[in-house]
Amino acid sequence: MSTTRTWWKTALGVLFTALMLFPVYWMVNVSLTRTNDLRLDPPQWFPVDPTFDGYANVMAQQLPALGTSLLVGLGCVALTLLIAAPAGYAIAILRLTGRGPLNFLLLVAQMIPAVVMAMGFYAIYVRLGLLNSVGGLIVADSTIAVPFAVLLFSAFMAGIPRELIQAATIDGAGPWRVFRSIVLPVSRNSVLTVSLFAFLWAWSDFIFASTLDRNGDLIPVTLGIYKYIGNNTTEWNSIMATAVVASVPAAILLVVAQRYVAAGVTAGAVKD
Amino acid sequence: MSTTSTPVGSTGTPGGASGTAPVVAPPRRSPRPRARSNRWAAAAFAAPLLIYMLVFYVFPLYRNLELSLHDYTVRAFVQGDAQFVGLEKYREIITSATFAPAVRNTVVFVVVSLIFQYALGLALAVFFRNNFRLSGLLRGMFLIPWLLPLIVSASTWSWMLNSDNGIVNSVLAAFGVGQINWLTSPTMAIWSVTIANIWLGIPFNLVILYSGLQNIPGDVYEAASLDGANGWQQFWRITFPLLRPVSAITLLLGFVYTLKVVDVIWIMTNGGPANASTTLAVWSYREAFGTGQPDFSPAAAVGNVLILVALAIGLLYLQLQRRQEKS
Repeated sequence: MSTTRTWWKTALGVLFTALMLFPVYWMVNVSLTRTNDLRLDPPQWFPVDPTFDGYANVMAQQLPALGTSLLVGLGCVALTLLIAAPAGYAIAILRLTGRGPLNFLLLVAQMIPAVVMAMGFYAIYVRLGLLNSVGGLIVADSTIAVPFAVLLFSAFMAGIPRELIQAATIDGAGPWRVFRSIVLPVSRNSVLTVSLFAFLWAWSDFIFASTLDRNGDLIPVTLGIYKYIGNNTTEWNSIMATAVVASVPAAILLVVAQRYVAAGVTAGAVKD
Repeated sequence: MSTTSTPVGSTGTPGGASGTAPVVAPPRRSPRPRARSNRWAAAAFAAPLLIYMLVFYVFPLYRNLELSLHDYTVRAFVQGDAQFVGLEKYREIITSATFAPAVRNTVVFVVVSLIFQYALGLALAVFFRNNFRLSGLLRGMFLIPWLLPLIVSASTWSWMLNSDNGIVNSVLAAFGVGQINWLTSPTMAIWSVTIANIWLGIPFNLVILYSGLQNIPGDVYEAASLDGANGWQQFWRITFPLLRPVSAITLLLGFVYTLKVVDVIWIMTNGGPANASTTLAVWSYREAFGTGQPDFSPAAAVGNVLILVALAIGLLYLQLQRRQEKS
């Protein structure tokens, strides 16, 4: 009897997952539909006669945008790691004076709406001439990830056994040496989790891109999709094809690094 | 989490004094005498972050506050000679015709999103707690909506909800329901964006609540089922009460995230028709960037109101948790 019960649960689970992922399926389906068939009533449930025109359009028009997004994502990862990893070390292991208030500030920083940050950055960039620049966008995008990254690093590093660090100190290693040779290698998993989220958030960002980089020569793919929607609402297959391509990094990361994703989501909320 | 190798799996000690925060904070151990050089090293390692926070958080926020207290026209914005008007802009937004609908839409959007995200997330977490075949894989697939760029999900939803060619209306028509103008009718627009947002939020709730469930020891359930408690009773007497701290964190983070949502609504409806799906965050975005005529001062004022609300909820939460720990 128990096997039949588990069987039912699997069936139910598959059903729930299918319902949940229906929009994702629909995106793929529409991306393969011919322009003439888009307005059929009822719509085609399966891409019976698939076309790759949409994807051809993506390759023809959106390649630079995809490159920009990649650049912004990687830049954001580098900047976030550069700032957050040493800070986590200072808070968790070197016991920075004033780390309590700093932790509180990082928490508050996560609550600030992106619109507000975007306006502040806009006001500053307009004077410095940094509007529509990739560098400016990287810096703005990194503000989404840095507070999260510092809190994640300091939480993880606080769990590193003290003996490990004391032994190195007795052997004459200075703070820099301890950081580079012990703390960083041990924290490899946190580095991966932080990198993954910093990349994904920068890749997905729409608000900063649409405010700080909207007239740039190099626009990220989120903005590419948005402009697409604004321009030709008839070619939804092309729009959805771009959306599918823009989802590829998320899909890859999910397959390759699912446990880091789950760890990152949880790190924001659960203390054990 | 069930995976033992999660990066944060081993962090935190139960006595972590600063652990009241919704984000894991490092535990404090008993203070030990430290060499002075160590303190300088700590400052040096934290220096990039401190400078970063000053330049990229404090300064933009200061600029934002300044924007809201001056009358910035586009010209004054570039030249920097705007007139100081005190709280005039705040008075303007509160008496504006957009204010009341924006507040109402924000409340509907946030409250309805939170209730459904949490209830569905919890139901799914309890469901996935029974390890059955493929449960890990299916649970992983539930993360997909959360990982997709918002513009991708939002544009997919707007095509699905399209009045004439959308799949949703087509399915409803098969059940004899007439055409619903999901995105263009003033009464439906706010509900449509809320539905899309609930869909987006379920994975986050599922993951956090699921990991919360993992921390409830299994023998509690064994004891309860020995005492003859059925599944329903076990949920209400054990799962729900023991999950309360995790639930509080989930709802708090959900609140903060939902309050600042712009992209989903902006991409699906532009906040329209008229103001029918304009929330405070969308209003702020539209004033500053959404029209050809940027109006930064009221936009900044609305944004600052949002910060105040988020802060108030955050502090309320800290207060509640402190009281809980005392009792």
